[in-house]
Amino acid sequence: MTSTVDTSKPDLDQRRAELANRLDHLLPAGTLLTHAEELRPFECDALSAYRRQPLMVAMPKTVTEVQAVLRTCHDMDVPVVARGAGTGLSGGALPLEQGVLLNLSRMDQVLEVDVPNRLARVQPGVRNLHISDHVARHGLYYAPDPSSQIACSIGGNVAENAGGVHCLKYGLTVHNVASVAVVTIDGELIRLGGAGLDASGYDLLALIHGSEGLLAVIVEITVRLLPKPVHAQVAVGAFTRVDEAGDAVASIIASGILPAGLEMMDRGCIEAVNAFLDVGYPDCAGLVLCELDGTEAEVKSQIEAVSQILRDSGATEVTVSRTEEERLKLWSGRKAAFPAVGRLAPDYYCMDGTIPRRHLARVLNEIKILSERYGLSVVNVFHAGDGNMHPLILYDANMEGELERAEKLGGKILEACVEAGGTITGEHGVGIEKIDQMCVQFSTIELQQFHDLKAAFDPRGLLNPGKAVPTLARCAEFGAMHVHGGQLPFPDLERF
Amino acid sequence: MPDLELVGNHSDTDLTEPLQSAVCSAIAERQSLEIIGSGSKRFLGREPSGVRLGLAGHRGIIRYEPSELVLTARSGTPVDEIESELARHGQMMAFEPPRFGKGATLGGTMACNLSGPRRAFAGATRDFVLGTRLINGKGEVARFGGEVMKNVAGYDVSRLMAGAMGTLGLLLDVSLKVLPFPAIERSLIFELDEQGALLRMTRYAGRPLPISAAAWCAGVMYLRLSGSESGVAAACSDLGGDELPCDAASAFWDALREQQLTAFSGDGVLWRLSVPPATGPLSLDGEAIIDWGGALRWLRTDVDPVRIRQVADEAGGHAVAFRDGDRSGSIFQPMDKALTQLHRRVKDALDPHGLFNPGRMYAEL
Repeated sequence: MTSTVDTSKPDLDQRRAELANRLDHLLPAGTLLTHAEELRPFECDALSAYRRQPLMVAMPKTVTEVQAVLRTCHDMDVPVVARGAGTGLSGGALPLEQGVLLNLSRMDQVLEVDVPNRLARVQPGVRNLHISDHVARHGLYYAPDPSSQIACSIGGNVAENAGGVHCLKYGLTVHNVASVAVVTIDGELIRLGGAGLDASGYDLLALIHGSEGLLAVIVEITVRLLPKPVHAQVAVGAFTRVDEAGDAVASIIASGILPAGLEMMDRGCIEAVNAFLDVGYPDCAGLVLCELDGTEAEVKSQIEAVSQILRDSGATEVTVSRTEEERLKLWSGRKAAFPAVGRLAPDYYCMDGTIPRRHLARVLNEIKILSERYGLSVVNVFHAGDGNMHPLILYDANMEGELERAEKLGGKILEACVEAGGTITGEHGVGIEKIDQMCVQFSTIELQQFHDLKAAFDPRGLLNPGKAVPTLARCAEFGAMHVHGGQLPFPDLERF
Repeated sequence: MPDLELVGNHSDTDLTEPLQSAVCSAIAERQSLEIIGSGSKRFLGREPSGVRLGLAGHRGIIRYEPSELVLTARSGTPVDEIESELARHGQMMAFEPPRFGKGATLGGTMACNLSGPRRAFAGATRDFVLGTRLINGKGEVARFGGEVMKNVAGYDVSRLMAGAMGTLGLLLDVSLKVLPFPAIERSLIFELDEQGALLRMTRYAGRPLPISAAAWCAGVMYLRLSGSESGVAAACSDLGGDELPCDAASAFWDALREQQLTAFSGDGVLWRLSVPPATGPLSLDGEAIIDWGGALRWLRTDVDPVRIRQVADEAGGHAVAFRDGDRSGSIFQPMDKALTQLHRRVKDALDPHGLFNPGRMYAEL
């Protein structure tokens, strides 16, 4: 256990005043927010079921200011939660009552574009899509495209190792970042990675990716850029059975074609999308979307091969985009899947398990059984190419007990993913949301190893404590919960 | 404790238990270990020390699902065995690991994070790592990552093992993402000087061309194009140059990957400089071999190491004394104090007794 935050300190107001007083001397005016009404917008990230008011919010504009905040917090034993755009889906940026929320969204400048080496050096608060927009005039782009790319910031992308629709071919954030500058909790600035294709020493750059703000605060990122493909086309196949759609995906991969995107939707999702948009997806049990990109000659030959595979796998209908307009239209339904599903129920809860693709039919069937058992509907969208599922659990937070039921169902779905040889989170992160399921995926030895690594960066456990890696005590308790058939002991205890 | 080479009965042997006992005995006897596969990369790094613990007997492909693009094998499995199994299904390790000798193993490949010509266009060993099972320095077996492409549960300990020169743990199994072989590959050559070749490589890398390797050696730039027949044909006619016959092309790329071109041999130290690809010709005596579209420069030279490291550093890269020369000094680019201390703490977190390959990478680790 590395979390050593002392909660027996003087009460919060006094603490706030003391810290603000020290930071005021170090930071320009307007950097600190301390009033309750100013703090409210920072109570949660995109997992809004969890809310908590931070002690204060710091909004630095420079690396030096970040260092000053961290040094002071380290000095005073105050925990720090870093936050970017706040679009995270797992509560990773949920504040702590006794802690500072370090909001990096004001550090939003593109610092340098190195066209010959295809690199862009940016601050952490730069929005993902802004990078591609900024370098478009050089024929370059930044490949990872999480669905929130219009709003999410690159610092958060690194902290979560964000994925996206195109990562089967172009990789995750970790594959597309050359270096980062981080500040450790004691205020030290450290550069990891380099401008070449590798760097000396351990691959701490990889370790920072997906570390959810527990190891260090990311203050600068150099991303790799790629030449924009000249041509892209999408083929859409409709299937009367979900397992046939799954087989089609496997056959495409086995054929030696590497699609830029390979997505799947189930009937519930297709119906929601058709009701929401005029995209005209066929009425079917499973829809496969396969995008190819590259040179025109390359795409033309591969799209024919993919269409044939879809038909051979039993597709009742195959549509291929003929123009860029048609391609965007066919994708628009997939991209609108979440808002479309949002109209089916007052709330939905998005899961993020990843499984070996061959177990798709089995896991979907288990989800169906669980959905009936818990009395909540589930619709499925799926990054089929890389096995990343997004079951969406529909519920109504205003109905007594439904949120709890949705969370319990979600936990069971994740356990089914682990059971199938997969993982509880493919791209959204553990945060606070899936922390109990970490106890299912990892052994005590492995969790302790994570805590030891955390301590190598942050010995006093001040960075984002309580997220991403559960304490062994918490897992023991979670195990006990299982024994008692889901009856939570001490229901009044705050759990985070 | 004597050197220990555990031998399996056949090509599919799980030696997890005896390896774990060996590590636990080493802890009890306070004996450091030199982890070794086939020994094909024993020349790399600082002078090995400690009792040898051989892993070549712990071998075999555990799972391979071509339609999932995932392969899991024990660390002692020969790279050749993995490559031929993949080839049977039209797939490959896209990072083209160099073997540097008979019997090169998956574990050694991972520990050294060495990658061949396709690296600049497809990714390095570290980019294809999905998961590992390992024995840590406390003698515990732990598993990190998994067999799926996307996995952000827990810290990425498995990727951390890539390039750690065996100093952080004993690798038991490795799961890799594999890729389909391109339908066709063709290679073009252009007579160019170093400067001209670097400019040309940089220009092409900024365009969406199906390039899978770009190298320069002795006045000739080599380009390899991979993809569908029509896509590669279109790029070939666009780029010009002379086409290398198929056999000559694969002989060249193999020789580059395995360092068998004449320019790799000679006197002095073989230096590996990893720099931003558009870096111009290095101001160092001797003629470089260029790989990775400019990002990797090999140089046989007697030039003062301090000067070489300075040139690499100024370019934003780093230098490794790859082969020959003094193996007791600095082999890898020295790191500053803060980064060294962080490395030390990471090493302690995984190998608190300093058991595995002490000093092999840096004297302090």
